[in-house]
Amino acid sequence: MKYGKYLIISAFLLFTLFPVFWMLKISLTPDRLLFSEGVVMWPSRVTFDHYYAVLVEGSFPDYFLNSFIVSATTAILVTIIASLAGYALSRFQFKGKVALITVLLITQMFPIVMVIAPIYNVLTMINLVDSLTGLILVYTAFNLPFACFLMQTFFDGTPVELEEAAMIDGCSRLEALEKITLPLCLPGIGATLGFVFTAAWSELLFALMFINRQSQMTFPAGIMNFVTKFSVDWGQMAAAMILALIPVCIFFAYIQKFIVQGLTAGALKG
Amino acid sequence: MTKFLTPWYYLAPTILFIFLLVLVPLITGVSYAFYDFDLISGTRDFVGLDQFFRLLQDDKIFSMSLINTLFWTAASLFFQFTFGLMLALILNHGFRGIRLIQPVLFVPWAVPSFLIGLMWVWMFNPVTGPLPYLFEGLGLMEKPENLLSDPDHAMWGPIIANVWFGIPFFAIMLLAARRTIPNEIYEAASIDGVSGLDAFRHITLPLMAPTILITLLVRAIWIANFAEIIIVMTNGGPANSTQIVATYIYDTAYQKMDFGYASVLSIALLILLMIYGLILGRIRRKMTTFL
Repeated sequence: MKYGKYLIISAFLLFTLFPVFWMLKISLTPDRLLFSEGVVMWPSRVTFDHYYAVLVEGSFPDYFLNSFIVSATTAILVTIIASLAGYALSRFQFKGKVALITVLLITQMFPIVMVIAPIYNVLTMINLVDSLTGLILVYTAFNLPFACFLMQTFFDGTPVELEEAAMIDGCSRLEALEKITLPLCLPGIGATLGFVFTAAWSELLFALMFINRQSQMTFPAGIMNFVTKFSVDWGQMAAAMILALIPVCIFFAYIQKFIVQGLTAGALKG
Repeated sequence: MTKFLTPWYYLAPTILFIFLLVLVPLITGVSYAFYDFDLISGTRDFVGLDQFFRLLQDDKIFSMSLINTLFWTAASLFFQFTFGLMLALILNHGFRGIRLIQPVLFVPWAVPSFLIGLMWVWMFNPVTGPLPYLFEGLGLMEKPENLLSDPDHAMWGPIIANVWFGIPFFAIMLLAARRTIPNEIYEAASIDGVSGLDAFRHITLPLMAPTILITLLVRAIWIANFAEIIIVMTNGGPANSTQIVATYIYDTAYQKMDFGYASVLSIALLILLMIYGLILGRIRRKMTTFL
């Protein structure tokens, strides 16, 4: 039983990492060996040319920075707004709640490709086409519905009693939310942050349609530069992808402490 | 009066965002269904319900893509959820090196979907990837061939890629849900002699149920709408065997430039997903304070 756990984790690691390993291999393979060597686990010669091209010759450091700004801002913005909304959905019974939840759900059901042109028009109206701010606002809007539901389920899971006690002791509702309930919901907040960050980090369609200037591009849109009309620069693309995974790993390493903490702190004792 | 308004203060920012950037565009998108777009002149003519009749009367690709959507969504969801739950419970249990391994296991969720598609195209191709040789070794194939060019099994290619991508989502959400269950409940239960599988069935599952249901609901909707991986890997082929409604919509809008009919298809998909949402919403309402 003890070893079974490690066996399963190893299987998960293998499944998760093997395709990434394969991309790493491609990123290190010299272009002329890419197709000539056949399917091998490791190329006969290794090169860092692709990484050099991505990091030094291209604009990828800019793309990464843009992506990081957009993803982090979106994640924080969505988590704050969704915490408020999730709290209202969890703690209040009110008229129009059913309608609101239905609308939030329906927004998730319509294909993105059909709303790109109309959103473009809205962004033009508020003069935010081709800007990171516009992208952040669109990502925030599209990530909100699920984040609201998520925060609602986490609020549902925390006891109302502690909050009520704090309000009797003179806290306002907002203070009670901030001081009592939010800390109890840390795993949920961590999960929401992680979810929104990665969703924004990897989004391509909006980024491609709403951003034209090179200097404002996010990394997924920038990576499309490697796909020209005639060929795909596999080595550089793989190198860019491998590099893009590093900030995400760091981000998850950082937020995992929120996810893991939870009620283990013993807030309900005594 | 303030009491009546209180929840709306909390909801106001959300409503503002959703209304301006999602709802207004969505209604515009729906309105396309009543117009016939003419590419050459750049104009559009109001045609009423004509394009809806076209869908109902003679669209064989639609009915085919509908069945494919069902298979794509059900298979992807089943494996993502099962493995995601398994991973969440193991991560919750903890093991040596978890702090290093856990972020690595979440990595697929952060890879842009078109890159996931390209990555797996390489994996499945006998010229560039190891999988055909693995399948041959396992006796699943007689000789190393590309799974993606076999009309009978091609759908499994994008499904495997989608499962790879989606496991972390369920793992994170379910781990967070599991983490909000106070340990005291398990301690009390174990005093009463309830532990192991019984504790899982009577404590863990019911308390995680709200999160499980909402993730299943939203995830199914996303997967049904998730076209990128398939577009990159097979573009709906061979012989429409991997054509789902979402890829068909994309094809109609951006290849054939027929935004009117693409909108009709989107509305059809929307209605089907609403029915699914309604059923799951009912189940959830029985279990929680959802509505």
